[in-house]
Amino acid sequence: MELLFASGIGTLTAAGLYLVLRMRSFPVIVGVALLTYAVNLFLFGAGRLALDMPAVLRDGVDTYADPLPQALVLTAIVISFGMTAVVVMLALGAYLSARDDRVDIDPETDRDEETGT
Amino acid sequence: MDSAGALLPIIAALPFLGALLPGLMIQAGRNTCATFTAIPTILALTLLLVCAPSVMQGEVLTFGLDWMPGLGLNVNFMLDGLGLLFAGLILGIGLLIILYARFYLSPDDPMGQFYTYLLLFQGAMVGIVLSDNILLLLVFWELTSLSSFLLIGYWKHLPEGRQGARMALLVTGGGGLALIGGMLILGNIAGSYDLSVILTQKEVIQDSPLYLPALILILLGCFTKSAQFPFHFWLPHAMAAPTPVSAYLHSATMVKAGLFLMARLWPVLAGTPEWFWIVASTGLITMVIGAKIALFKDDLKALLAFSTVSHLGLITMLLGLGTRAAAVVAVFHIINHATFKAALFMTAGIVDHEAHTRDIKRLGGLRHLMPITFTIATVAALSMAGIPPLNGFLSKEMMLAETADTAWLGASWLMGLLATIGALFSVAYSFRYIAHVFLGPKRDDYPAHPHDPGFGMWAAPAFLTVLVILIGLMPMTFAGGLVEVTAAAVTQSDPYVNIYHWHGFVPAFWMSVVAVLGGAALLALHRPLQAMWNTAPRPEAKPLFDAVTRAATRAATALTDGLHNGALTRSAAIFSVFVLGAGWIAWTGGDTQPATREILPVSILPMIGWILLVLSTIGLVVFHRNRFVALVLLGVVGLFVSMGFVYFSAPDLALTQISVEVVTIILLLLALNFLPRETPNESSPARRLRDAGIAAVGGVAVTALSYAILVRDFADESISAFHLENSYEGGGGTNVVNVILVDFRGFDTYGEIIVLGIAALVIYALTETVLKGPAGRWLATWTPDTNPEGEAGDRHPMMMVVATRVMMPIALMVGAFIFLRGHNEPGGGFIAGLIVAIAFLMQYMASGFAWAEARQRITYHAIIGIGVLIASLTGLGSWLAGRPFLTSDYGYLHFPPIEEFEWATAIAFDIGVFLTVLGAVMLALKSLSSMARGAGETVNETAMDINPARKTTAREGNT
Repeated sequence: MELLFASGIGTLTAAGLYLVLRMRSFPVIVGVALLTYAVNLFLFGAGRLALDMPAVLRDGVDTYADPLPQALVLTAIVISFGMTAVVVMLALGAYLSARDDRVDIDPETDRDEETGT
Repeated sequence: MDSAGALLPIIAALPFLGALLPGLMIQAGRNTCATFTAIPTILALTLLLVCAPSVMQGEVLTFGLDWMPGLGLNVNFMLDGLGLLFAGLILGIGLLIILYARFYLSPDDPMGQFYTYLLLFQGAMVGIVLSDNILLLLVFWELTSLSSFLLIGYWKHLPEGRQGARMALLVTGGGGLALIGGMLILGNIAGSYDLSVILTQKEVIQDSPLYLPALILILLGCFTKSAQFPFHFWLPHAMAAPTPVSAYLHSATMVKAGLFLMARLWPVLAGTPEWFWIVASTGLITMVIGAKIALFKDDLKALLAFSTVSHLGLITMLLGLGTRAAAVVAVFHIINHATFKAALFMTAGIVDHEAHTRDIKRLGGLRHLMPITFTIATVAALSMAGIPPLNGFLSKEMMLAETADTAWLGASWLMGLLATIGALFSVAYSFRYIAHVFLGPKRDDYPAHPHDPGFGMWAAPAFLTVLVILIGLMPMTFAGGLVEVTAAAVTQSDPYVNIYHWHGFVPAFWMSVVAVLGGAALLALHRPLQAMWNTAPRPEAKPLFDAVTRAATRAATALTDGLHNGALTRSAAIFSVFVLGAGWIAWTGGDTQPATREILPVSILPMIGWILLVLSTIGLVVFHRNRFVALVLLGVVGLFVSMGFVYFSAPDLALTQISVEVVTIILLLLALNFLPRETPNESSPARRLRDAGIAAVGGVAVTALSYAILVRDFADESISAFHLENSYEGGGGTNVVNVILVDFRGFDTYGEIIVLGIAALVIYALTETVLKGPAGRWLATWTPDTNPEGEAGDRHPMMMVVATRVMMPIALMVGAFIFLRGHNEPGGGFIAGLIVAIAFLMQYMASGFAWAEARQRITYHAIIGIGVLIASLTGLGSWLAGRPFLTSDYGYLHFPPIEEFEWATAIAFDIGVFLTVLGAVMLALKSLSSMARGAGETVNETAMDINPARKTTAREGNT
């Protein structure tokens, strides 16, 4: 099970990295979203995997999943929404201002574009 | 700490505080501006004089205030004889300069700026000489470099001014870096960063193997600041500054800082062969070279600049000799040099000001036109030449006596000879300053009509010249005490100071005679010598310096552009590879423990989930060019991540993830409306292969790392157990995750909701800016690039409108339920905020944003604000109970017939979280939708496009 979890994170990371290295803003945003999943899962995994023992206190139960990474990841999820929204807005503003969503420099014209992502 | 010591930080702070005044007071006129610049200086000087009597009696005043004691950085000030001398010079001559500059600066020059820079510089200098803590001293040291940069480059319109300022900053700033290193080493050897401790550690420091590196680094700082060979070249270029600046920086302050530091550290650094060889040799070479160049400079200020270099070399050499007697002479010459050199700079400025040139070749005969200036300049220059009975004679004679007694490079006569040659050139250029500027026949081709300036301008140099004469005539009366107490501070002993004119026919006397006669002879031969000098090849410092700077700039640009040329793809790739490399080094460098945890068995359900997750991720990469498909697949991935959270006992995370997923996808869909539908295929196969390679390595690395963590237990005991144990007793809740969020780590959460609120406001501000700019005008003419035939005709279908209206109260109910149970069961403010946001969003999707917004009473900005405010007030509330910020409390209430229930202050905090999340999410989406309206999207007046109720209403209206 641990291997499944780890390889899941790895797959998300690889896909995220590949998309972040694309030349247009939209795939970069999607790539960052994938990396966010990967990072959140990784942080969550730092509490080690636990089945059927949510960190909600019950009488007579004394093993629980690690609550600390969960709390940290919970806020991370919400904050990453805020970050994604800002980046989307930047990309959109850049596209509307420059009519171009490249995040790479055109080697021929070497236009110093501000694409914002 | 004594009561007088408390004055020290005030003295240091006064110029800085005063620096605020000139900029304001210039509105009230130039006289007012100068007066208000003088006031803080006079105040500081007065306070210094209040301290002076006790210092003159040998006391050391101290003041201590812990700033960052953990780093050894404390605001410790100390005033002993050395500090008193320098602070007196800085403030006293500073005051004269303020007076002089009032009349020197033309009405076109921004005087407020000038005086502000001057006071900043003055404050930094005073800070250096009063600091007891060497870290504090370094701070002030850097401040002098910065403020002198502003002063030298004051005439921004002159390229020489800008270049000179930059050169001074680079050289002294670079030396400052070395000095930081040296001082830190010194502090580490001595075990303290306080000078009062360091100065008692002579043996420890000189025995340390780090003594030499520390010495070299510290001397680099001192030599660059004090323009010692081979770093002397910046000083003449700094002459592009207005003359008051030159007079101040190069007579009494900036360049003396290096000397000050050498004198300050003299008790612990001096006396070793290394010190002697480095310091005395550098000083000697600088003295001779500076004096020689000075003779051949036609620019008055350049002549004085090189003579300054030469005299600084002289003092450095005296400090380098390492004997107490030489240190006494050094101290005495510091005083003398400050008096005559400041006066000379000011007379040069007067000549420049009145004759509109300071080129010696175009001057001469000025004694008839400017008798007062002539008198002042002559006395000061004769003192510089070392003619009795002026003060320059006394210290120069004593210097010659010291060198005559010292062997250098194995020869007992060599140092004396070189010193005599230096003195000889010094006589020559001093005489030249008198002869070629003031003597000779009156000319009729001056660029202007020179005449003596008003009293205000010559008062300052005249005052200094009076000092030159008085110290010269009665050295023990006017300077003896100060020299004694200063030399006592430098040498940390009780020196014997007896200054007098006639020493008898000793070697020094004959050396002096040779110097004066030889200097006069040199001046007589000046014309042919100058011709020889002009034809002789010699290295010019500025082109060399410029070449070095250019090469460094080019290298820096190449490196920066190579790593980050503005293309995100390149920097992202470099970053990824770098992180992977660092990870590899960490991975191979450490040793890992064997796996300790039992592996969980794989069952069929997670297996299916894993396969779907991996398939949709791969699909996402394969089909990412079709952006719509990519979004759908991203949603699927998010869904399976949520499932994973459910499966691995994290219900809160699953709830959060799934609701964030909804709003993220909606947000991206809204954005996609304006972006191209497809990503063009433009990267080459090689590039894709490279990216795939990076991605694959990254994926494998993260897999390995995650797996390695998952199969091992914590190395140390985790703090999670504490949270589990105290959640119910301390936080009053059974959902530990929520209790951590609102209680244990409530301050984190508090910061996070503020960040979220700021992010939403940023999005709002960005949208407004974009819509107001050219992009907004373009957007108004924009049409979606969709196929009109494939578009749904019904933008707001009736089915959806009805369904969302029905669901609205239910969704709100769910939100309330999730919120209320949050403390004890999965749920809470974050999740409830997202759920309610989705409930609102459904209305917007059904009937359009504008329609829904028109029916909403509170703006989202206000919701965010109220949320943060409630959270803050909850936190502050615990202060009322005398507890720290955000301490929570809880209890139980029982109203019959309702069951007993729990209250907790944390729930109020959670309301703040709830409102902020709701407001932030909604504001972000509202901003995006306002773009759609900017694009001319029609706002519907009714809730749905086809509305059966409308007909009925119309009929009713008719009847």
